[in-house]
Amino acid sequence: MAAPEISTAAVPTLYTNNALRNAFGGVLAFFILLLIGVMAFSIRLFSVIKYESVIHEFDPYFNYRVTQFLAKNGIYEFWNWFDDRTWYPLGRVIGGTVYPGLTLTAGTIWWLLNSLNIPLSVETVCVFTAPIFSAFASWATYLLTKEVKGTGAGLTAAALLAMVPSYISRSVAGSYDNEAVAIFALIFTFYLYIKTLNTGSLFYATLNSIAYFYMVCSWGGYTFIINLIPMHVLLCIVTGRFSSRLYIAYAPLVVLGTLLAALVPVVGFNAVMTSEHFASFLVFIILHVVAFAYYIKGILTPKMFKVAVTLVVSVGLAVCCAVIAVLIALVASSPTKGWSGRSLSLLDPTYASKYIPIIASVSEHQPPTWPSYFMDINVLAFLVPAGIIACFSPLSDASSFVVLYIATSVYFSGVMVRLMLVFAPAACITSGIALSQAFDVFTRSIKFQLPGISSNTEVDAAETSSATAKAQNDAVKTEKSEETSKNRPSKKSKKKEKEEKPSTKAKSEKKRLLALPLDSSVISLLLLILLGAFYVVHCVWAAAEAYSAPSIVLTSRSHDGLHVFDDFREAYAWLRHNTDVDDKVASWWDYGYQTTAMANRTVIVDNNTWNNTHIATVGTAMSSPEKAAWEIFHSLDVKYVLVVFGGLVGYPSDDINKFLWMVRIGGGVFPHIKEPDYLRDGQYRIDSQATPTMLNCLMYKLSYYRFVETDGKGYDRVRQTEIGKKYFKLTHFEEVFTTHHWMVRIYKLKPPKNRIRGKSKKSKSQKTSSTSNRAKRSGTGKKNPWH
Amino acid sequence: MAREKSSKDNAQALFHSLRSAYAATPVNLKIIDLYVGFAVFTALIQVVYMATVGSFPFNSFLSGVLSCVGTAVLAVCLRIQVNKEFKDLPPERAFADFVLCNLVLHLVIMNFLG
Repeated sequence: MAAPEISTAAVPTLYTNNALRNAFGGVLAFFILLLIGVMAFSIRLFSVIKYESVIHEFDPYFNYRVTQFLAKNGIYEFWNWFDDRTWYPLGRVIGGTVYPGLTLTAGTIWWLLNSLNIPLSVETVCVFTAPIFSAFASWATYLLTKEVKGTGAGLTAAALLAMVPSYISRSVAGSYDNEAVAIFALIFTFYLYIKTLNTGSLFYATLNSIAYFYMVCSWGGYTFIINLIPMHVLLCIVTGRFSSRLYIAYAPLVVLGTLLAALVPVVGFNAVMTSEHFASFLVFIILHVVAFAYYIKGILTPKMFKVAVTLVVSVGLAVCCAVIAVLIALVASSPTKGWSGRSLSLLDPTYASKYIPIIASVSEHQPPTWPSYFMDINVLAFLVPAGIIACFSPLSDASSFVVLYIATSVYFSGVMVRLMLVFAPAACITSGIALSQAFDVFTRSIKFQLPGISSNTEVDAAETSSATAKAQNDAVKTEKSEETSKNRPSKKSKKKEKEEKPSTKAKSEKKRLLALPLDSSVISLLLLILLGAFYVVHCVWAAAEAYSAPSIVLTSRSHDGLHVFDDFREAYAWLRHNTDVDDKVASWWDYGYQTTAMANRTVIVDNNTWNNTHIATVGTAMSSPEKAAWEIFHSLDVKYVLVVFGGLVGYPSDDINKFLWMVRIGGGVFPHIKEPDYLRDGQYRIDSQATPTMLNCLMYKLSYYRFVETDGKGYDRVRQTEIGKKYFKLTHFEEVFTTHHWMVRIYKLKPPKNRIRGKSKKSKSQKTSSTSNRAKRSGTGKKNPWH
Repeated sequence: MAREKSSKDNAQALFHSLRSAYAATPVNLKIIDLYVGFAVFTALIQVVYMATVGSFPFNSFLSGVLSCVGTAVLAVCLRIQVNKEFKDLPPERAFADFVLCNLVLHLVIMNFLG
């Protein structure tokens, strides 16, 4: 041992040197964390700077409306709220169908600030909730990675998560959606689980359950946690890493977690009855069996234990088979085997397109393309494999969890583009580990080869490694990470002790051997820093250009400056000011939330898409000819119909492009809508080659009514062709408003006729009204190729 | 015949060795084991009651059974922590954690009981 060779005079100074360095390292780490939080907050503010402090997209408008209600009426009213201004005439039970975490969080922040006499409006709080919680999420990533690999890896992972574009896309300022707080809850729950696993303390197990409760409140993705943790427990049992800390980490979580999940009204009894939770119960039982087996093994002699095993196996197997047979019969009796539609579409990616067209139609449920991986996690895409390898040396419970997390999240991100968001924290953690290890190797190589410093560092290495040698022996047994060397490295020296070699001389010699040549390590260090710089540049660009569009306000640059398209808000404001409070507005379900939030009018269908038949009714109406559509809308008490049209300005996500889903969903419920009727050569066309059913349907007519007056030819900029039927009149609808760029068009249903001339048969009245119309038209004298 | 006899002997020998090994555990651990057994017994009674009478209201049944199972699990955790394995965790700290976790559990039960 090299320790006794150090002079006693040198030891106190070295000790104080070390303590000083550690203290300095701790303070530096604290300030770095603070800066990471500030960076996470400010990189998400681009949309506020470029546009204004406005809520983005569609779903956040619903959350904003619910938060407004909560702020105005208090929590009891919110909990029992039945909303009759949506899904007319069905209504929606808000208290029981919404995940309350986000709205309660923002409501609490608003209430707290207002009680401190800081008068922020609800909208401001809603807009800035996401950036604040992303700062918290990066701190949680630091804590989680610190538990796995140490402070250096933790800081790197936190810095990576603060900037990763995938997370920015769903948490930019103004994107007030569930994921804004859910990702923080996810990472925090995982951190507490790993902390409990490392320390075996019941206190952290309690905190873990409470954090899991917060996650259940926030997002439907909580099923990922309640399936990943049992998978990890099973993995630990199978690979022989069972310990009592595993029991303490898992068993209280299952019991408390199930109870807490059942408390949330959205989940309710699903917490014990749906297949998504069965994995946790199964592993709970397995864990108890294994724990009992280990206990018996501990108190019996090996010979007796063998006898016990044979006895138990013969009896227990029969009982087990019976129970499993009963369970399988129960589960198989339900058609979906107990899983919900969304979960099934995750396990079988083709399920949604076959059975549930609504889930298949949402653009964020499509599988991602390869470029989107590079766009969303950039450099991390090739740091992740290095991180996975780094997790295996050495393999601990925590690092096996990280490997499992990243494997499962990669699979799910490949199924649905929206779940890239769950993959991003795993990618940041593993990349942080990889980068930190790489930095460690290179700086150590440089340190061991720079002349003049090497003598000091040798003594340093000897002293610290002797001090850690004693700690190692305890750490190897109990693996309590608080007092061991894992937290000791200071950032300045970038020296991290590995926990394998207790012998100091062998350690320093091995470090010498591991040192790479000086010039290559310097160049590699510079290249790594350059890699980081590329990552930062890409993230800032993605945040500024790609993910900061509020999508309710559009801009475009042309030779004469910046054009702003504020048509959506123009239309909603018109609705708000020019219609009665109780008027019903029908549109495709994309715009439901925005209509109720901004225009404050009752809608027929909205983005919640819980009732497929109701949406199919609206879809059928949009695909039918005018009279049939009028009948359907009239039966729903609709007064106004809203259509989004992008043909004049080239806005590609308009209703004509979404028309195929209206036909498919409508045709799925009402068989008289047949998709081939609208297709010419397998394509939806609106030009002169379009089918007559297409040219007669309501969507075509409402989109292109009077469109020919804009440029004389009716050239549609999105479909890039002239329209098929240019001159026609509307018989059952009248146009009441078209926005400045023709992007939103609002029509009013004409009231049914008061008097019916002639016989009162329905067909006769049709004929008389149409002939009277035609008489009026031909009377004008102009020659018009009316239909 | 010989095999049956030997297996019967084996079973008896197993039973005896289990009994003697268990009698060697300290008294405080035996008290915790008794508590765990009582909690599981209560849960079983509740399940039998539900099987005979019906499961309405389901939330009361769930909270009752899960409170029994939860206290059993927490007591087992306490037993693990008080055991010789966790050398540097003082038993007072283990008991304090046990009480805290039970408090949270019963708060949730009280809320869910309806």
